[in-house]
Parts: sequence; structure tokens; C-alpha cells
Amino acid sequence: MQKLLVAASFMLVVSGVFASGTPKEKKAHKPKADPVNAGLKLKPGFSAVAFAENVGRTRHIFVTPKGDVYAKLERPKDGKAIILLKDKNGDNKADETSGFANYGGTGITIKDGYLYASSNSDVYRYKLNSNYEVIDTNKGERIITGLVNGEQHNTKSIVLDNSGNIYVNIGAPANSCQEEDRATNSKGKDPCPLLETAGGIWQFKADKIDQTYSNGVHYASGIRNVVGLDWNTEVNDLFVMQHGRDQLDMFPAHFTAHQSVELPAEIMIRVKKGGNYGWPYCYYDPFQKKTVLAPEYGGDGKTVGRCALMDQPVAAFPAHMAPNGLLFYTGNLFPEKYKNGAFIAFHGSWNRAPEKQEGYYVVFMPFKNGRPAGDWEVFADGFAGVETVNAPRQAQHRPCGLAQGPDGSLYVSDDVKGTIYKISYKK
Amino acid sequence: MKKFSAIVLFSGIFVFAIAQVKKPSQTKKPAAVKIKTSATKPATSKARGAVVYKTFCIKCHQVDGGGVQHLNPPLAEASAVVAKDKSKIIKVVLNGMTSKEEIDGEVYGNNMAPHNFLNDQQVADVLTFIRSSFGNKASAVTAAEVKKLRPAKKK
Repeated sequence: MQKLLVAASFMLVVSGVFASGTPKEKKAHKPKADPVNAGLKLKPGFSAVAFAENVGRTRHIFVTPKGDVYAKLERPKDGKAIILLKDKNGDNKADETSGFANYGGTGITIKDGYLYASSNSDVYRYKLNSNYEVIDTNKGERIITGLVNGEQHNTKSIVLDNSGNIYVNIGAPANSCQEEDRATNSKGKDPCPLLETAGGIWQFKADKIDQTYSNGVHYASGIRNVVGLDWNTEVNDLFVMQHGRDQLDMFPAHFTAHQSVELPAEIMIRVKKGGNYGWPYCYYDPFQKKTVLAPEYGGDGKTVGRCALMDQPVAAFPAHMAPNGLLFYTGNLFPEKYKNGAFIAFHGSWNRAPEKQEGYYVVFMPFKNGRPAGDWEVFADGFAGVETVNAPRQAQHRPCGLAQGPDGSLYVSDDVKGTIYKISYKK
Repeated sequence: MKKFSAIVLFSGIFVFAIAQVKKPSQTKKPAAVKIKTSATKPATSKARGAVVYKTFCIKCHQVDGGGVQHLNPPLAEASAVVAKDKSKIIKVVLNGMTSKEEIDGEVYGNNMAPHNFLNDQQVADVLTFIRSSFGNKASAVTAAEVKKLRPAKKK
């Protein structure tokens, strides 16, 4: 079905070219027409435009009630890592760009009159005026500092609740807490010392300066790394997407290369305070539908052991697809089934080699009362620009952040070339 | 729908595969690294190196030697990989790499474990393969060159 649609849209493009046909002028300096739906494959009724291009390595994004887009760059571009994009003439394309803040990072959000943004170790906030513009870009308040900033899983994603708290993921600087990271048959440290300051979610106050671990609440543990997270306003709870562990076949006695490709699931967690979701001791097997013991801790792919005590995920997705964005849809533009459902931006896998890679798309999963209410489906595909991604560098764009516009449209960022897509719907 | 049937198919393979590994898992630790090869052993160093690459390197460094942005450094046309002085790249294979220095302008986060379980010839073969694949056109590495750089065994 999807194939058919693609073929149909290609035919439309082709016939369009012939219809406007002045083949002799084919080298004329006309502006190149935008590709249909900015190159994305969408469901009927949906359309997409490239709201902005070449912004930089855009991680998370936030759209203000005025329709302006804040983008957080992984590294500064021209010395600026928070970019503000405005569409002044209303043609769905950003036509004014400004920026500030010289620290790269991932997290960005707005709550109660402040813009919040993270580096890989700190979180800052900036007071906004009534147009959601930063009043003084030189007056950022550092509200959280000194978080673990290892080389692996060091990005900090942020989200606020409705009670003045901010939640920060602190990724574990390791794959599976082995005595020797990523080494064949290397055992896991038990207990894993990394869990004291990482591998979990921490809660801080949104309005206090220079909080560190001692001021924060160790909200949940046993979560290897999170990039996509959101506050679900329907049930008033934190939801996060875990990046599952790599390389189970470092233990060749128990796992084949193919099993290592398909395990473990990327999981969605409804985070409860004090919860423990198992990393590094356990991983979630979507085929057996249970959390089982990791081979670093004596697991063989079946043994459950201590993992029987761990808190369970609410949804599971194929392995290694790297969920980098999560958004519960509260808009009114999309059809009814999307209301309160989850959009997830999968950055795309690398740990499936030598098999072909997966992900590189945005999926949708319907939700009711904070529980999945149906199977997930691919919502927007085609970011990679190639039919099959055999190696990550083949992907021309990789989805990363998600945001909802004031009209209910969905924005998706790309951290390869820095395209920001705007997806709309018309009956 | 396609996804669903794929999952069913995969779970089928998975159950089958579990059954397959059950028995070997009860044997003792593998004493030495054995690499599965076809009945006829590849004749050239590069061909043997391709087999080593597929077994131990491909997951991180990828089918095209391109690595993974931010995580695993590329081997394709990487200055240290094709350098005239082979000692650095030999040492990386033997000792692993956890330092996070910039490589051709980028920093990569993942650690590489030591691959000292490969013998001198296997290290030479895989580096010969890497240095002459993915667009690389550098000279071969010999087992003698690897042997010189292998750290003395700790007692």
C-alpha cells in the first residue's frame, strides 16, 4: 500500500514535469521545486514541508504558542546552539533566524514563562516575554550543574511537570556496566557503581539555582539511556523511551549474531517514582514478552532471576532503533485516533550490522488513559532518502526531536543536515 | 501488517536459534578464538581479513567502514587507518581505545575493547583488509609488525 502511494506520488511528480514542459529551458536558473512532502512518505491526508533547512545538528525542538520554533543544536553553529526560527510571512517556511548560547546539547522546552535548555552536564533557563522570546539571552540561570557527562550517552533531555519540577535523564556512560566495556565475555560489575549517578531519571526544582545531585531526587533507576521523553498530561505522568543495550553476542555461548540484532526491545517506560527498570542486570525480550537476566550477570537468554522484581515497560519496539523523540499528541488538527497517542522519532539503528538497519522514521501508537490502545505504525518515513539503510552514514536525514505546533501540526527535527519538517493534515 | 508478520517471523527464528545454542552453552568457556570459515581457507591475507572483519568489527564500523556518527569512528579514508606508520592502528586493535581524542575533526563516544584475543596473523589480516578496502589504498600489515607491538603477557 505504502509502495503504491510512493509510486503514485512519483507519477504525479513526473506528469507535473511534463505538463509544465518547456524541455528546452531545462537548464534555466529557476528555483528548484520542493520535493513532494519534503521527501517524506505520509498517510493520506497528511502533508509535509521543510520548515527550515541546514539549521545545524538539530536535536530537540519546541514550538511556541506563536508558532516560532526553538531548536537545540548538538554543537554550536557560528557560536550559537539555541536557534529561534520565525515564519513571519506565514508561508510555512522560516524566514528569520537568530540564535544564542554557545553550549551544544539536546534538551529544550518551554514552561510557565521560561525557556529551558541543556548542555551535556548542565541545565539553564531564560525568562521569556509575552511573545515567548528570551528577554536577555545573556541572562541564563544555571539551575542544574555537574551531571555525569561521560562520552557515551551523555546528552540530557528535559521535561517539566505541572508542579514546578523538571526531569532530566542521566544516561549511563557504558553499554552494560562490564568490567571491560564492550569486551567479549566480560562480566558485569555487581552492583553496578554507575547507577549511583547515572542510568536513571533525576528530578529537580524548576526554579532553584545550581542544583546538583545532592539537591535532586533520584526519581527512577535502571534506565540505560533516554533521549525521547514527555510528560503525559492525560494521566499526569512521565514517559520515557529507553535506548536498549547493544551487543548481546559479546556472549557467543548464549547469543547468535542474529539474536543480537533482534534483542533487546527498545522500550517505553511509564516512570514511577522509585521505579527500577533493570539496566544493566536485565533486558526486555519482546518475543518472550518478559524482562530477563543479562548475560553479564549470568543470564542465558531465558533465566529471569532477579529481573522478576523489576518494573515493567508499557510498550516494546524493535531493537536498536534509537528512539530520540517522544510526544503525546494533544492537538485537534489530526484525526481523532491521534488524540493523546504517542509519536516516537526513531533516529535509526547501527547495531544491526551486518543486517540492514532499521528505524529512521516516526511512528505512532494510539493511547488511552496512559496505556497503549493498539499497535504502532509507521507515521512518517523517507527521512533517510534511500530505500534501504545498510550503514548509518547512508541516511541523509535522521529524525530526532518532536514538537507540536499551536495549530496541531507536528514538527520533526533532523540532526544530520538540520532540516525541520512540519507535518499538517487536511481532510 | 508487514511489521507484524516480520516480528512473527523473527520470533520464529529466535525460538529456533535458542534451541540451537542451548547445548553449546553448557560447554566450557571457549579457550581460543575460532573463526568460522568455509571449508576452503581463503588464500590471501586480505581475504582472511575480510572474514575477521565480518566477525569482530562490522557491527560497530559497519559494512561500508563508515562507522557511526558520534559513536564509532570510520575506517574508510581515516587518516590514522591509512597512515604510513602502522603502529597506531595495530595498537588500537591490540589494546582497544577508550581515549576520546578528536579523529579527523570528530569525537566518538563508544569504547573499543582490546582485541588481543586475535593472533598476530589475524590482526595483520584484518588490518590488511581494512587498509585496502572502503576506498583505502594503504600497504599490507604483517604478522611480524603486529608481534613487535603486542604487549608482553601479564602473569
